[in-house]
Amino acid sequence: MALLDVKNLHVAFPRGKKGDVEALRGVDLTLEKGQRLGVVGESGAGKSMLAFAILNLIADPGRVTQGSVTFDGQNLLELSERQIRRIRGNRISMIFQDPMVTLNPVLTIGKQMIETLKAHRSISTREARRLSVEKLNLVAIPSAASRMDSYPHELSGGLRQRVVIAIALLTDPELIIADEPTTALDVTIQAEIMSLILRLCRENEVALILITHDLGVVAEVTERLMIMYAGKCVETGRTRDIIDAPKHPYAVGLLKALPQNSTKGAKLYQIPGSMPPITNLPVGCPYHPRCERATDKCRAAIPPLAHGVACFHPMHENGPYGDMEAAQ
Amino acid sequence: MTDPTNDPIIETRGVEMRFSLPTHFLSREKPVLHALSGVDVKIQEGETFCVVGESGCGKTTLGRAIMGLLTPSAGEIYFRGKRIDTMAEDTRKPIRADMQMVFQNPYASLNPRRNVFQTLSEPIRHLMPEKSAIDVRAQVEAVLDATGCDQSWQRKLPHEFSGGQRQRIAIARALVTNPAFVVADEPISALDVSIQAQILNLLSDLQDERGLTYMFITHDLSVVEHFGDRVAVMYLGQVMELAATDKIFDAPKHPYTQLLLDAIPKLSGGSFDAPRTPGELPDPVNPPPGCPFAPRCPIAQDICRAERPQLREIRTSGTMAACHLAE
Repeated sequence: MALLDVKNLHVAFPRGKKGDVEALRGVDLTLEKGQRLGVVGESGAGKSMLAFAILNLIADPGRVTQGSVTFDGQNLLELSERQIRRIRGNRISMIFQDPMVTLNPVLTIGKQMIETLKAHRSISTREARRLSVEKLNLVAIPSAASRMDSYPHELSGGLRQRVVIAIALLTDPELIIADEPTTALDVTIQAEIMSLILRLCRENEVALILITHDLGVVAEVTERLMIMYAGKCVETGRTRDIIDAPKHPYAVGLLKALPQNSTKGAKLYQIPGSMPPITNLPVGCPYHPRCERATDKCRAAIPPLAHGVACFHPMHENGPYGDMEAAQ
Repeated sequence: MTDPTNDPIIETRGVEMRFSLPTHFLSREKPVLHALSGVDVKIQEGETFCVVGESGCGKTTLGRAIMGLLTPSAGEIYFRGKRIDTMAEDTRKPIRADMQMVFQNPYASLNPRRNVFQTLSEPIRHLMPEKSAIDVRAQVEAVLDATGCDQSWQRKLPHEFSGGQRQRIAIARALVTNPAFVVADEPISALDVSIQAQILNLLSDLQDERGLTYMFITHDLSVVEHFGDRVAVMYLGQVMELAATDKIFDAPKHPYTQLLLDAIPKLSGGSFDAPRTPGELPDPVNPPPGCPFAPRCPIAQDICRAERPQLREIRTSGTMAACHLAE
């Protein structure tokens, strides 16, 4: 049985008389124990919404209108608030983008860690403190024991994110959901934090959902990949396969547009236009106005996700970018 | 593209920037933050000069000092041979029209209460007061065309646009006075991936059409590799390495440049597998006595901790590096 099984997840926000706006329009995903999944997309594609929906954290007036989120055999969407608290922050941990916002500025690091542990375990403060220092050591925070008495503002951005990771690891979770964990950090710190997350997940068999817009980070850290566009998954599969031979024209475009994949001095490949707002989606495939391969079929019907790609005219055979060049 | 015999369009000589911090009420010490400590760069006409480094390295401060948004504490800044940092505002004004800036965040850099026409005509009215209303209109229309903006945008307000469109407007604003030199401070880092390529292509098209010189400030080395002619790598207010882009990527001389290169996530994967030692910028209020990078440097020796290395040419490679041990 899969650790996490999300089926046909829909999230909608009411807009008064105009009816509902769907932020997630039917997303499926499965995650095995210890598996690392990357979720990539532009802002507004619904990647963070997916993370919140998995944890049943969609704030009013938004709500999950359809679908199920099965974690270890239980549908998280049907649990009471009391029941889900035993899972959220305990068996499933979260790491968010900005560590300065995640951490409480008026409590010491130690106090926040001990509080987290005591909320989920019936243990003594002394034991909670010992475990906390152990986790701070695990994330390579220098002089961990004395850092317990520091306030968040006394730490640098990189150290703060390490503390957030230590807190996420406190309860030995089976799944970590990391929403753009290094976007606010410098490249060198990003490399440190991502290699730390990668190592910890591998050593402890923790599953990871890594939400990011950076395909390079995804290639370094994850085994499976899901590319989202306008509230739907447009391509999913093994990270290596998608990076080497993307099938959906959007995935092809994203990879081709990277400076890493372009000849120096030549013009970058660019995807025309921008993602439509979810309040104003075109009929048919949401990507068709930007797609070079679009036909009347694409303008009329939404392509279903089949063989890992939601496209009527996916790329194939001719290698990673062969078809695209032929089309030009 | 770069002809070293030409006079540089921008030259800085020993530029220093010190900020006095508030004094603690029990202490007599006056803490001073050294944002730039002795920066010498020459930017040649028509090139794309990239400045890279981590946050706090002084790259934005250098850009702002060159633009005259900050006054250096010491040193000299020249634009086409004329010293501009001490120039009176009256004489400097026409030069400001030749030097413009694009900022990182197009959500913050555009006035939300001004429509696009007001935003774009402001620099002309202010810096070229001799222009008639008809000229202003013609110039605004021309720049909108050049930057791929629609003429119907003129009466719209910033909130009606997406991030990529706003950045186009910000670029149009920088170009409306027909400058020769543009400082672009992280112009694509606030944008979505699919939009970044559009803006980079726009910048390079405009450079080809107008012969612009760019100072491109960024933390993203993969963009630099594609876009830059020469690169200055900065660390704690100093230039650590200065070289042509391909030299920086193929044969980096400074260990800090190597560290930055190693940090780029690669599509081929595998480079994040080894654990990395944590390292951070030292405190700019109390910088270490020797090389600022010595505390993080894998090859640092006693001389590095004692003596600050000067920027020097490494043999005859054309690469300048501030490292005692580089060769």
